[in-house]
Amino acid sequence: MTDNLVVVLAGGLSHERDVSLRSGRRVAAALRDAGCEVLESDVTAGLLGRLTDLGRPVVFPVLHGGAGEDGALRQALELVGVPFVGASAAASRGAFDKAIGTRAAGRAGLRTPQQVALPDDLFRELGAADLVAALGERLGFPMFVKPARSGSALGCTRVDRIEDLPQAMVKAYGYGQSAVVEAFLTGTEVAVAVVDTGDGPRALPAVEIRPDSGVYDYEARYTAGQTRFIAPAEISDEVRDRCAEMAVRAHEVLDLADISRTDMIIGDDGEPVFLEVNVSPGMTETSLLPLAVEAAGLDLGTLLLQLADVARRRGAR
Amino acid sequence: MRQTRSVTVPETRRDTRLDRYVASYADRTHGLTVSAVRALFSVANRPEVVSLAGGMPNIADLPLDAVAESIAQLIRTRGTQAMQYGSGQGEERIREQICEVMAEEQISAHADDVTVTTGSQQALDLVTRTFVDPGDVVLAEAPSYVGALGTFRAYQAQVVHVAMDDHGLLPDALEQAIVASRAQGKRVKFLYTIPNFNNPSGITQPLERRRQVLDVATRHDLLIVEDNPYGLLNLESDPIPAIRSLDSERIIYLGSFSKTFAPGFRVGWALAPHAVREKLVLAQESATLCPPVFSQFAISSYLDSWDWRRQITSFKDMYRARRDAMLEGLSEHMPAGTTWTRPAGGFFVWVTLPEGLDSQAMLPRAVTARVAYVPGPAFYADGFGTRFMRLSYCFPTPERIIEGTRRLGEVLHEELEMRRTFGLGVAGPTSSRDLSGPGPDLS
Repeated sequence: MTDNLVVVLAGGLSHERDVSLRSGRRVAAALRDAGCEVLESDVTAGLLGRLTDLGRPVVFPVLHGGAGEDGALRQALELVGVPFVGASAAASRGAFDKAIGTRAAGRAGLRTPQQVALPDDLFRELGAADLVAALGERLGFPMFVKPARSGSALGCTRVDRIEDLPQAMVKAYGYGQSAVVEAFLTGTEVAVAVVDTGDGPRALPAVEIRPDSGVYDYEARYTAGQTRFIAPAEISDEVRDRCAEMAVRAHEVLDLADISRTDMIIGDDGEPVFLEVNVSPGMTETSLLPLAVEAAGLDLGTLLLQLADVARRRGAR
Repeated sequence: MRQTRSVTVPETRRDTRLDRYVASYADRTHGLTVSAVRALFSVANRPEVVSLAGGMPNIADLPLDAVAESIAQLIRTRGTQAMQYGSGQGEERIREQICEVMAEEQISAHADDVTVTTGSQQALDLVTRTFVDPGDVVLAEAPSYVGALGTFRAYQAQVVHVAMDDHGLLPDALEQAIVASRAQGKRVKFLYTIPNFNNPSGITQPLERRRQVLDVATRHDLLIVEDNPYGLLNLESDPIPAIRSLDSERIIYLGSFSKTFAPGFRVGWALAPHAVREKLVLAQESATLCPPVFSQFAISSYLDSWDWRRQITSFKDMYRARRDAMLEGLSEHMPAGTTWTRPAGGFFVWVTLPEGLDSQAMLPRAVTARVAYVPGPAFYADGFGTRFMRLSYCFPTPERIIEGTRRLGEVLHEELEMRRTFGLGVAGPTSSRDLSGPGPDLS
């Protein structure tokens, strides 16, 4: 094994496999450009054995959704003593689940949307009609329904009328057994990346998202040309600082490490509202984090290499 | 709260769509977007997933040693010719052999009227480019081959679907579609049909139905594009005579070696009336100069040196076992209210889901359950088809196919239960129009 080998993990079996593969290719290319020796790997049987045979090199998980982001794979890496970039297994587990992550952010004083988290079993046990009606009463319309444990806006629906809510719930449960329903927020949509190269977490410039369709859905995220990205976001210095503070604070209270991205909406009062935090931010050609890195005047490969070095120094967890 | 250390914000602000050519694309490319449904297929290639989605021919039984020897011999003896540019119409020898292959379906043709193409997909592209202006109508079965719909869309054709029953395209519906389209001032350029083991429905037009379809086309002076990739893979009987065997002037016939030999060579063909053939050759020359010469020579060598008819028989035995496994698995595992076609050949079974289920919305649940299929709307140009799905049996082993149907059955049960929980069990906005389906229960 060479000292600077980094294994980029991408793919997996989640609904976001395609996005992950694209992110992985970009991360691997950027690391190579920065002079790093890179091995790209899918998550397959025998992976842990191969990592052990390679002398437990640093792993850069670029897995989105499922076991790659919910802490399961990170748990396995911790088990076999392989160092890796990013949040620990336990922290990933908490942050990936929108019900847990949003609640933790709220407890820490961050402004969060009104949210109700419900497993699908509950609708079976209590009857859907009463619960659907209660959701409508509590949150009002429009509301936003999303799977609790998924990304890339998959399974998400804006709901304007109560009669459309059951269909939206069924769609969200197609991606997992838990869903969250939130009050729909309007405002300026921004994403703020946080990186920690060894001297504490720091926010990168906010990236503002303006999808042509008005909805930043899967198509708007991954079809180049369908969304305007403005980096740094067109917001006042004061609002910019609030957004940066929120992202760093989310990174800290959720006990994340090395890299994260917090998505938020800035309301009319200039206050950002926390939407969710990503422990494995997208790195595709149309993703937000690389834009933030560029806006910060940094080189993506150099930054990723620094993160890998941090993970190497930290060692097994 | 600790002091946030934000990096220095640069002077310049980047305002980007991450595609500098976004304002330059042709109108016809505007619909080409990333789709979440398509992205979900990314997992289908993983070994953990039983993919009943792709239509990949199973070529494991090919005589690879014999093919290797014949290609080695080709390079040794005629390598400089095989690796050189060739004729825009295709090499003469393979065009003669193509006529022999088509004779299996009672087609009488001359090699001069054959244009070799890069798979029959390119033949479809050349035909569409030759005939279709933006806004012209192309008639196609409901449902129809997704790759053809993509080609028609690329040339900005308006696809008008024609209903089918258990025997394929309905002649009356075809006639109505022609008359209605023309009454609207539309130019109806051709009927696109897959008469054998239609992709995706698996339905076959019996000979009598083919005559009726041809009769309608003749009365209304309509060209027929007969796409026949699977015709020789008839699992129940000898090949049915092609529509082209009934008329040589009204039909453009598309054929392929992808299913009877191997798709990697990318060799297909179009058999067209003389005047059309001239245009196809010119279109071919502007598209690729010439179809792949090496592939043509390789296939010629294979056809000359190997008993290709016997090989097709071997393929049929292999596909029959897979089809039977799928039909058995569906009978065992599908919930009440599910129906499906019983194909006599080809690769595909078309499933009609219980009322209210949406194959597209259900796909994430299927991916979680490690089984993949193609949702019905892929096979309609107009967004219908949510109640259908295409299952392919060509590639997985019979055991994996059974396992795939078991997983799929669980997915359907879960989805039905979920919809019942939310009171969505009855016909809702996801159901399809009556005319789009391939007909009643054939099981």
